[in-house]
Amino acid sequence: MSIFSKFDDIRSAFAALTNAGRNPFGIRFDKILSPTEAILDGRHILLFGTNNYLGLTFDPMAITASVEAIHEAGTGTTGSRIANGTYSGHASLEHQIAEFFGRRSAMVFTTGYQANLGLISTLAGRGDHLLIDADSHASIYDASKLSAAEIIRFRHNDPRDLERRLRRLEGQPGSRIIVTEGLFSMLGDTAPLREIAAVKREMGAYLIVDEAHSMGVMGKKGRGLAEAAGVEADVDFVVGTFSKSLGAIGGFAVSDLPDFDLLRVVCRPYMFTASLPPAIVASVTASLRRIATDNLLGARVQANSRRLHSGLAKAGFDIGAEANPIVAIRIANRGLAIRFWNALLDRGVYLNLALPPATPASLSLIRSSVSAAHTEAQIDRAVSIIADTGYELGVLGESSSRIAVPAAE
Amino acid sequence: MDRLSGVGLPNQTDNIEGEIIAVLSARIPAGTEISPNAKIARDLGLDSVAIMDFVMDIEDHFDISLPLDRVAEVETVEDLSRAVEALLKDRG
Repeated sequence: MSIFSKFDDIRSAFAALTNAGRNPFGIRFDKILSPTEAILDGRHILLFGTNNYLGLTFDPMAITASVEAIHEAGTGTTGSRIANGTYSGHASLEHQIAEFFGRRSAMVFTTGYQANLGLISTLAGRGDHLLIDADSHASIYDASKLSAAEIIRFRHNDPRDLERRLRRLEGQPGSRIIVTEGLFSMLGDTAPLREIAAVKREMGAYLIVDEAHSMGVMGKKGRGLAEAAGVEADVDFVVGTFSKSLGAIGGFAVSDLPDFDLLRVVCRPYMFTASLPPAIVASVTASLRRIATDNLLGARVQANSRRLHSGLAKAGFDIGAEANPIVAIRIANRGLAIRFWNALLDRGVYLNLALPPATPASLSLIRSSVSAAHTEAQIDRAVSIIADTGYELGVLGESSSRIAVPAAE
Repeated sequence: MDRLSGVGLPNQTDNIEGEIIAVLSARIPAGTEISPNAKIARDLGLDSVAIMDFVMDIEDHFDISLPLDRVAEVETVEDLSRAVEALLKDRG
């Protein structure tokens, strides 16, 4: 009996997965060439699974700012904000994020995961109720586990179900906190935020929206789905990340609530971890300035999303209805999804393989994410490879309408 | 909204267990035998997300709130039945 015996089931599932080809959790790039290309096993591949929505990882301004910051302030902060001090870069980044979202306060965390973990677990205390969308990210589930509150899941993107579950709690003391996401990371669908905000108002709850995948992508100012849906005033807390559209790492939360800064002395995932290093703070600051002033980036990722979505839809794949930067192809079964993912990599396209229980409704998915940095030719090439491979492996049946290259108009 | 059976207010454990088994049977392959001692995760092959989805079905069926921290203590159909019974009693 080993300490690892509890993982026996996982071990055999993992062995079956890796016996069928590569280890999807252990892909090792030889070299990253750009936001859209890399070398893998000595071969050139197209990257369509990076969450690099605005393609800013090689932005010259961000790189220059990062390099300068290392020379000026060193490679790391070697400690936490509360114990070892705040650098001027942290404070100015927080100011800048608050301004970007038009909010009173902002707090920066070391990762996006920690932003959810910290904000949610701290806000929802004993006697409170946390109502989370069933398709929430793992960080929201882990925050729920860490919280002393009672956790209720509501059916994915179903405001009426949320309302019903809130009504069941009537008469019980404590606050209700609703958590949902702007753009959901697995299926690429958006929350019905207007309707959720209406339920929130009617039932007297707080609302947290995680805009990790929608910041810089949705809304005129790039503030995410809440801006696009016109419900920012109803959202009490926005959580987000620097690791996707801003091309680095880190997380944040913003709010207008006056006591927000109290979190700095009660939120353990903020207090007991080292703060972001100067190089990261500097590149995030530069990239945030870029997205606040350059509307073209958002427009480009949206146009590219439509091109990828329409290409895959025309090929006949089973995908969601919304043309967002995340497009998930639903595959009939796990084995086929694994074969499909391996074959696509053999042919030079990297996407993400997503399997249950990391996916909703036991779905097996091939998930793609598109970037503002992709060219139309790259998207068309990827769609054509994905479609050809889909036919060969039987992911696409005879009834699907065969498309000609290029895929999109 | 329940497709399985009407919402009842059973005051006997057997009834609650029977209703739980009826709700559960919709989530597992047809014909799978479910005993009150069946371990929901290990014996019935439901993964962590499927179990949470099943809990939502149970909440709707009995019109109760069954917070996830209480579900963590539930291993068998019998455990779940006891938890549901306690919640129904609380509600009065």
